[in-house]
Amino acid sequence: MDAEDLIGRTGEPFRMVIEEGKVREFAAATGSSHPEHLTGPTPISPVTFLASARFWQDERSLPWNDVDHDQARVLHGGQEFVFHGPPPRAGTELVGQMRIEDVFEKAGRRGGTMVFTKLVTEFRTTGGDLVAVMRSTAIETSRPAVRS
Amino acid sequence: MSSPTVVWEDLEVGDTMPPREDGPLTITDFVRYQGASGDMNPIHHDTAFAQASGFDQPFAVGMRQAGVLATCVTDWFGPANVRRFEVRWHSQAWPGDVVTYRGRISNVYQRDGERFADLELAGQRQTGDLHIEGWATVVVPD
Repeated sequence: MDAEDLIGRTGEPFRMVIEEGKVREFAAATGSSHPEHLTGPTPISPVTFLASARFWQDERSLPWNDVDHDQARVLHGGQEFVFHGPPPRAGTELVGQMRIEDVFEKAGRRGGTMVFTKLVTEFRTTGGDLVAVMRSTAIETSRPAVRS
Repeated sequence: MSSPTVVWEDLEVGDTMPPREDGPLTITDFVRYQGASGDMNPIHHDTAFAQASGFDQPFAVGMRQAGVLATCVTDWFGPANVRRFEVRWHSQAWPGDVVTYRGRISNVYQRDGERFADLELAGQRQTGDLHIEGWATVVVPD
């Protein structure tokens, strides 16, 4: 599929609820024992927690899902989280929506081409207020993705 | 530790956090993160799959180390105060690696009545290779 056909493709909105147990599990998996993640009725989610949005997404909400790519050749190049206030607390219901922001090619250092895909997911309250924006950069290499 | 111990008046560009060591990394660490995040790519835990894909062995999930780097920021400034966090990966990390995370304040400023600090972050393998580079913006409360 051509880059022009992909850029701007948008997945369907999906619901995501920030759950206390999931917050606790994620904090443990990322080496945090900060009491604000673990205590109180509405613990705050870790900074990178929204990466677990995939639990709430299906094929219709993933605009990149049907693009043919080889899992072994896709590298995660970068990730960004921007919060419009504190990161969301347990109990918060969000509406996420993912879109393909950009697709471009670069020459690899050892020959071959690398295809960069930038995915952006906006998370809003059910009332429509922007809570967070997550950006991911996937890099598909033309050979096994060993970085030097 | 429920409220950050950082005091605005004492913050200066160039201030650093105590380095944090993470590891030796195990495949169990990767699987624990994969279960928490929902990214079950077998390349991070299935040796046969990793080898069939051209790698010697499974390698670390980059987002796990991003999460630990973010934990360094929340331990420093408090989980409620992070407004931006960005990472880029430079090399893979492998089972047995020890990643050392460092952070320094690169800017302090006020905007719209709020006080902010920008941070530069990095995680380096024991080999000296840069594994992950990061940037964060935090609010510094009164």
